[in-house]
Amino acid sequence: MDEGLRNELSRQGVFATSMEELYNWGRRNSVWPLQFGLACCAIEMIASTMARYDLARFGSEIFRPSPRQADLMIVSGTVTKKMAPQIVRLYNQMPEPKYVIAMGACAISGGPFKQGYNVLKGIDRYLPVDVHIPGCPPRPEALIQAIMTLQQKIAEQPLNGELRPPHLDPDAPSEFPIPQYGEHDLVPPSNPNLWSPPRAVRS
Amino acid sequence: MSPNEPSPGLVVALLAGVAVLFSLVPLGLAWLWARHYSPNKPGNIKNATYECGLATRGDAWIRFKPQYYLYAIIFLVFDVETIFLLPFAAAFTGLPAGAFIAMILFLLLLVEGLVWAWQKGLLEWAAA
Repeated sequence: MDEGLRNELSRQGVFATSMEELYNWGRRNSVWPLQFGLACCAIEMIASTMARYDLARFGSEIFRPSPRQADLMIVSGTVTKKMAPQIVRLYNQMPEPKYVIAMGACAISGGPFKQGYNVLKGIDRYLPVDVHIPGCPPRPEALIQAIMTLQQKIAEQPLNGELRPPHLDPDAPSEFPIPQYGEHDLVPPSNPNLWSPPRAVRS
Repeated sequence: MSPNEPSPGLVVALLAGVAVLFSLVPLGLAWLWARHYSPNKPGNIKNATYECGLATRGDAWIRFKPQYYLYAIIFLVFDVETIFLLPFAAAFTGLPAGAFIAMILFLLLLVEGLVWAWQKGLLEWAAA
């Protein structure tokens, strides 16, 4: 629909929309996160749901204790190699559409514990992360900003065509392989379809 | 009832029809939407029994012992008895002989149930 015509109609009191916008409007205002915390970032996540920061203003206050009812996985804290298979399994058990927010330096890259032998250097090695939040830990405002960014992303997802989100694409994978405990590291150490080691470019 | 008024049965039937449609139409629309747009993607991990992140172990269709259930049933005997014993005790001094005998009979019936359960060995906690 033409933008000018829509503006003209709305000035006359007639609101026009498309199915796509209606669908995305409903989806982006009811993002239910999965209720689990991994480390200190979880405390900030809890604070953001409470009265002072009030995540409920964005429709995301309903933390679900079961992956079957959740849309959003907030990876809030250090992912140890012991925990990584469980995180991936929980993600796999979430129904589509599903999104991932990597909250804090640890979830992004291992953070201050990157040198630890038991620390996963970023959850994006196994899961498709939608929004990264920097910080150690990020303030609740940063988490709210991330959820608003995610809402923006959801609002822009088309229903058809090449750019449609994975949950509307029958060929896009719904489950990602779960790493196994190996002798020295997780096997495989990363999902090659999602993540490749960054290459240093020296000039 | 004036001749122009619809019969009450017709109104109820109409409202029942609207109620059924009101609940079925959104479900049908959601089903059509899912069929047309979002493909079904089941998977082994997604359909696994556990929801805690750990690998599922065993089957969800396992048997539970009914032991505690039997205790709960026998407890009902005392539960019902107490409900009647309280007013019985409150009105005890003013009761005629017929009411007293009826109450004692009722209590005996309940006690008989307990004796029966005791004789069947239901008060023994079986290990297996």
